[in-house]
Amino acid sequence: MTDVARRYPVWTLIVLLLAAGLLWLILTPWTPGIEQVLGRKRVFVNALFGGLTLGALYFLVASGFTLIFGLMRNVNLAHGSLYLLGGYLGYGVSNAAGEWLVAVPVVFLLVGLLGLLLQHQVFRRMEGEELRQTMVTIGLSVVLADMMLWIWGGQSYTLQTPDWLSGPATLPIVVGVDRNGAPVYMRFPQVRIAILVTAVVIGLGMWLVLNRTRLGMLVRAGVDDREMLTASGIRIQYVFLAVFGFGAGLAGVAGVVGGTFQSLAPGEDTRFLLASLVVVIVGGMGSITGAALGALIIGLVEQIGLVYAPTYSVVFTFLIMALVLAFRPQGLIGNRR
Amino acid sequence: MALTDKSRDQRAGTPSGSASWPDLVMSIPAGWWATGCILLIMPALASDFWLFQVFGWSFCLGIIALSLMFLAGYGGMVSLIQMTVAALAGYMVAILGTSGVQQISLGLPWWLYLPLAILIAAAFATAVGALAVRTEGIYTIMITLAIASAFFYFTRQNYEIFNGYSGFNLVVPPRVLGIDWRQPTAFYYLALVFAALCFLAVVYVARSPFGLALQGIRDNPRRMAAMGFNVVAHRIAAYGFAGVIAAIGGILLVWQNTQVAAFTAGIGAVIDILIIAVIGGLRRPIGPFVGAFIYVLLGTFSPDVLSAFGLSNERFKLLIGLGFLAMVFFSPDGALGLWDRWREARRRPVDPLTGQARPGSVP
Amino acid sequence: MNWDKRTLFGLAGAVALSLGLAMPAAAQTQPPIRIGVLVALEGAFAAGGADAVRNVELALRQVNHTAGGRRIETVVAPSDTRPDTAVRQARKLIEQDRVDFIIGPLSGSEGIAIRDYAKTIPDRTIINGISGALEMTWVDPAPNVFRFNLDGAQWGTGLGRYVVQNRGWRRIATVAADYSFGYTNFLGFAVDFCRAGGTIVQRFWVPLGATDFGGVIAQLPDNVDAVYLGMGGTDAINFLNQWQQAGAGTRIIGGTIMADQTVLTARGRAKEALVGTLISGPLAEDNPDPAWQTYVRQYREAFPANQRFPSPSLFGTGYYIATQAAIAGLNAVNGDLSDGQRRFNAALSSLRLATPLGEVSLNENRQATGTVFVNEIAEGPGGTLVSRNVAKVDGVNQTLGLTAAQFRAMGLPSRTNPDCRALGGG
Repeated sequence: MTDVARRYPVWTLIVLLLAAGLLWLILTPWTPGIEQVLGRKRVFVNALFGGLTLGALYFLVASGFTLIFGLMRNVNLAHGSLYLLGGYLGYGVSNAAGEWLVAVPVVFLLVGLLGLLLQHQVFRRMEGEELRQTMVTIGLSVVLADMMLWIWGGQSYTLQTPDWLSGPATLPIVVGVDRNGAPVYMRFPQVRIAILVTAVVIGLGMWLVLNRTRLGMLVRAGVDDREMLTASGIRIQYVFLAVFGFGAGLAGVAGVVGGTFQSLAPGEDTRFLLASLVVVIVGGMGSITGAALGALIIGLVEQIGLVYAPTYSVVFTFLIMALVLAFRPQGLIGNRR
Repeated sequence: MALTDKSRDQRAGTPSGSASWPDLVMSIPAGWWATGCILLIMPALASDFWLFQVFGWSFCLGIIALSLMFLAGYGGMVSLIQMTVAALAGYMVAILGTSGVQQISLGLPWWLYLPLAILIAAAFATAVGALAVRTEGIYTIMITLAIASAFFYFTRQNYEIFNGYSGFNLVVPPRVLGIDWRQPTAFYYLALVFAALCFLAVVYVARSPFGLALQGIRDNPRRMAAMGFNVVAHRIAAYGFAGVIAAIGGILLVWQNTQVAAFTAGIGAVIDILIIAVIGGLRRPIGPFVGAFIYVLLGTFSPDVLSAFGLSNERFKLLIGLGFLAMVFFSPDGALGLWDRWREARRRPVDPLTGQARPGSVP
Repeated sequence: MNWDKRTLFGLAGAVALSLGLAMPAAAQTQPPIRIGVLVALEGAFAAGGADAVRNVELALRQVNHTAGGRRIETVVAPSDTRPDTAVRQARKLIEQDRVDFIIGPLSGSEGIAIRDYAKTIPDRTIINGISGALEMTWVDPAPNVFRFNLDGAQWGTGLGRYVVQNRGWRRIATVAADYSFGYTNFLGFAVDFCRAGGTIVQRFWVPLGATDFGGVIAQLPDNVDAVYLGMGGTDAINFLNQWQQAGAGTRIIGGTIMADQTVLTARGRAKEALVGTLISGPLAEDNPDPAWQTYVRQYREAFPANQRFPSPSLFGTGYYIATQAAIAGLNAVNGDLSDGQRRFNAALSSLRLATPLGEVSLNENRQATGTVFVNEIAEGPGGTLVSRNVAKVDGVNQTLGLTAAQFRAMGLPSRTNPDCRALGGG
């Protein structure tokens, strides 16, 4: 952290000022002047928090995507299908077990296994042929999408939120005053708070594994220079398997989470694939920190855009991506390759 | 894979720009002449449905996929923007020309709106190219896919210019020379002529100094830069040229459909163009047309085939997906690759190492 | 296997050519009538499309696949709700499968595209499936396109007056899908609502493909009597799910596809937010009319429970009625489709068709006038949701009770149409 601050003092200052400004906006009661520009405080703060939690979901999906790309140069365009498959499986498991939490580890294992299978049986056979791998993933996504339509049909599925997470929580943030002059506190869905916490925990866990363990060291070395790692006698296939399985499992878990606070239906696979693409392009390919930053930015832009400029809100994320590409093609956090 | 393979393209890539016309005509293999003749007399053989729906559509998609083949095969840049460029040209035809949405369409004469549409689409392609060439290889796919998505969402939301979700209906070709170009036979020849022109243009450009430099850049950009070639400019120019081809295909496609809407360049359609080019083969300009024909046949008749086998005809995407998977899995060079390998196997029944006949090499 | 490739190619070529050539132009004596069923079997409405196919089959089974003395065959052409696919498939039906007429399509934009395609095939007939686009029979309609179902604007009618007069809900905010069907369905509701003196405080259009509505929900004003939600399918489920998570709020008025079978049969608890919602549409599940009851019973008997909806969906009913109209038309002309189907078209135009939804007749634009039902969503047995009929409006016409000139002056449905104040509301 201090390194970054020393290297980019101006940017650090700007980011800190922005964060402080936001914090002030959240905590202070709004004057009519601010309300004129930004509308009611409740709307703004809700959009902000909604963006944070949406970003958390995007991070869960995109982090596996970015790891797989970073290490294996495999743009897994079937990643969205793994997300949707995880969600459907999670629906089945949580219904059978009667408990939402059971779905998470089971889905992680099931989809992770599918990932292992794909890496071992399919992608290993065409290593180094990036374009061909991508084509195969496109084919897989078409086939998987139609098979899921076959099995689960066209209707929507939502996973049942556990009782202790349903409904809103009251946050200690004043968003206005009611007619009697008493402060009105902000109410925010508990399930979204839980998702945010989960994403932060998983993100920290991944950071720790990557930076503090031998496996993490191998992965980082592989991302930086795969040939060198192979040459030094490491059985890189095992590292590949681990990363692909983990990335796929994470996509499946994200499907469970997404199926809980949004819903699952045909077409969601493409949507989350696109979201992952944009997130990792903005953040920087192959970097977990980049995925986190990208997910945060995209989530916020989507939500704030939807509130303040609904018509073109779906276009904004792609514009941001184009801007990043134009001025920093390697992504906000990423090394030029 | 094939894109970075340096020792290929003996046929298309050989520098033969100096050959005189009679030589060129003589060098065309007999198979080409036969195919050309069959295509020319096709209206006497096939029904209107086949002329218009199967061949007409194949030519349109083939031209658009050809522009991708040019970028990918000769430039090493796999761009998913080609369908978007094509749709933009179609939109321009609808907006500048005539359509069912009279409050938007300007109703310019055809000799004005056609060049304008191609120009605007090519300019867009060049701009996207300028952005995309800042990245390489697999990144290009993602960036162009993202820009294509942005275009799709923008056109779906914008009602002032692009008429949003509904798009434009009743976009028909102008009556030129007193011919109704939407009649099956007329449209067939129109599409055939433009497909042939685009094909020849790509073959010609690939052998021109520009095309050769582009192929050099594909194989080793650093060396070409050291030799004084402007790598970035060559690549952007390739996007521009491919944009013109895609625009022609897009205009024909819109005339064939009589309509253009956001979904014309939706994410599925964008990926379909890649699928077509890959199924046909990215090595030679004829590949995209072969791929388009296979795709159109599958798309048109797989419901019939499936229901003949007692399967629900909802499953035709599965068939296309599995076919595509099998193709990339077993023959990375597409259908043409299969054909080449088969010919190769027939031509050389003798093992090059031992000089003896190989067992089982003749199929 | 050593396939001889040349034989294979030759074979493929022969098959290809025979497919193209072997269609005899001259018909023999009383060949079967071929009906093309153009229906979305992919995409957001796949489940509804499958129900449509079932219902066409049901209607034909009831007449033993015979009408006007001729056997009836069907060819199903799957589309994916994209207008270009719809036109392509329609063209395949007409030119390759040589169908006599088409029943379809399913979705709004497909309907507009098919209207324009119909103008290029004046000798064939198109009977709309369940496309709800107002423009299909209102803007420059094609003489050979018939719609025996109500359009999206008609579906919204009746609800507005009901909520103002019976519930006293006068101030509302609206959230609806940002595309043509969203505008059209909303227009039908708003015209009625504003003429009854209601006020629309805020209009919010959510783009298709936006799935996280947290910010939108927070933006809804507090001081309204109800919120109008005009979304369908996945978007509706997403919205309701997040609406619940945010602690729900005020009452809901629903657009027509907000509580269609596809939403009511969605898995999970999101749909429970709909309990108490008022919606309007062309059908009511508990409609006591014997015609409707018979139809539902026949539907349930015809298909096993796991292969159908609990009761016919909006899409299915639409295709059922369209097939009924086709059969009635064929009977009226004794299966005679000669003379460019002129007689058949005339018979269709003058039909007074008895449908499960009551009698339907067509106006000069070949658009149906019929009944709209106002329903309330309630909890049914075993955690399911059912809709209970609370009111109905008979004889809703294409111009929603306005004169054609007034209706035309109002303009086509869009983000800003209709202007509530101009209609007497606020």
